[in-house]
Amino acid sequence: MESKTGIVGYGAYIPRLRIKVETIADVWGKDGAAIKAGMKLVEKSLPNIDEDTITIAVHAAHNALHRAGIDPAKIGAIYVGSESHPYAVKPSSTVVAEAIQMSNDYTAADLEFACKAGSAAVQLCMGLVGAGMMEYGLAIGADTAQGAPGDALEYSAAAGGAAFIIGAKKEEMIATIDCTYSFSSDTPDFWRRKLAKYPSHGGRFTGKPAYFRHVESATKGILERTGMKIEDFDYVVFHMPNGKFPSVVAKKFGIPPEKMEAGFVVSKIGNTYSGSSILGLTAVLDIAKPGQKILMTSYGSGAGSDSFVFTVTDAIEKKRNLARTTEEYIKDKVYVPYTTYAKYREKIC
Amino acid sequence: MHKTSVPGVWRRFKNRYQIVGTQCETCKTNFYPPRELCPKCRRGGKISEKKFAGLGKIVTYTRVHAAPAGYEKQVPYAVAIVQLEEGPMLTTQIVDYNTDELKIGQSVRATFRKMYEDGDEGIIHYGTKFTPIRES
Repeated sequence: MESKTGIVGYGAYIPRLRIKVETIADVWGKDGAAIKAGMKLVEKSLPNIDEDTITIAVHAAHNALHRAGIDPAKIGAIYVGSESHPYAVKPSSTVVAEAIQMSNDYTAADLEFACKAGSAAVQLCMGLVGAGMMEYGLAIGADTAQGAPGDALEYSAAAGGAAFIIGAKKEEMIATIDCTYSFSSDTPDFWRRKLAKYPSHGGRFTGKPAYFRHVESATKGILERTGMKIEDFDYVVFHMPNGKFPSVVAKKFGIPPEKMEAGFVVSKIGNTYSGSSILGLTAVLDIAKPGQKILMTSYGSGAGSDSFVFTVTDAIEKKRNLARTTEEYIKDKVYVPYTTYAKYREKIC
Repeated sequence: MHKTSVPGVWRRFKNRYQIVGTQCETCKTNFYPPRELCPKCRRGGKISEKKFAGLGKIVTYTRVHAAPAGYEKQVPYAVAIVQLEEGPMLTTQIVDYNTDELKIGQSVRATFRKMYEDGDEGIIHYGTKFTPIRES
């Protein structure tokens, strides 16, 4: 569908702690070099002991507000997408709204759709703002993802998030949202049952019928609906559960690696779940030039993909330096041993 | 462990999340935590709400090795008295610091963090801690 809305401000946040793939592999007697090569990632971010989805969302939202330069009281909706909301019942979104000084005149909800709840939040805000029901909407995707000890997910499940303020005034936008299209189906490739600590997944089933089918269908769908070709885009971002999957899709669509590189954050921070594709987007917005076009397709297990076309505007130049960049967060890091990781992520007590 | 009155904590969300204190409009003294009465001006003072920017410097610090209940997993952790740019001094945890950054005079900024949890079933307490300002 076409849209009259755009991104007025964006912000990223990635916790400072990292653990290397080799460090995890050593604990389980696996070949770290082979896992690194297979998953195409070298390390992942993890939250400090006092960080969770809410604190990550607050930092990302603050950064988005710095760039937007708007009064937070004018935000009429806040949606926080995550699969690691700290409470089972009690919204993360209201804590974030209080922390960033929104008024009380807003609607809020927490969203969950595996790794794509952040992009779904963007679509909700597009609808409300586009319909003229409010001036701005705040969409956040953030996670402190869990992988069971020894499971393949443990190498990639990471922490981070991104926030976007959606508005409808052309002169305030740093990027217009030209179109969005979603492709969804009931595909149980990954899930976590009520009260279960760690998610379960279908192993190889997470590939062809799940990630690849949905990401490819959503991407193909938006290209058909906009009449655009891959050559029309300067940057492409796909959801990054590991380094391999998005690279396979890129190859199928004939996307040259240089168009993927800027948003390819997975190799350095892992899969930040609801923050994954949208952190790729913030990394691209940090360097994109006015007039450039960005294609982004998220993926959430269960399953669905949201595809977006963005066009960067002139306002990006004066707004992007108003907050810390994604790359700055990626570079500011401290490595921890597995024991610290296990303690902080409550794997040993 | 840390069973706190939920309404009592709720009343202080603004102070804890946004570093909102008070100011005596008569003598322009800033207070954090907020004071309802100016100790200098007393009845002549007029107290109003004041939001602080969240920037300051470490006045003094210590490292805690023997933690109270709820903080055991964090040891050793740093606790400091930070003086805000606007004047008030507050006691706070310093987080995400490199060893050489834990020093008197270090510039710090506020960071929104989890403070503690009321066990597994109680509420989660959030608030402000401080982290060194680092050139990246």
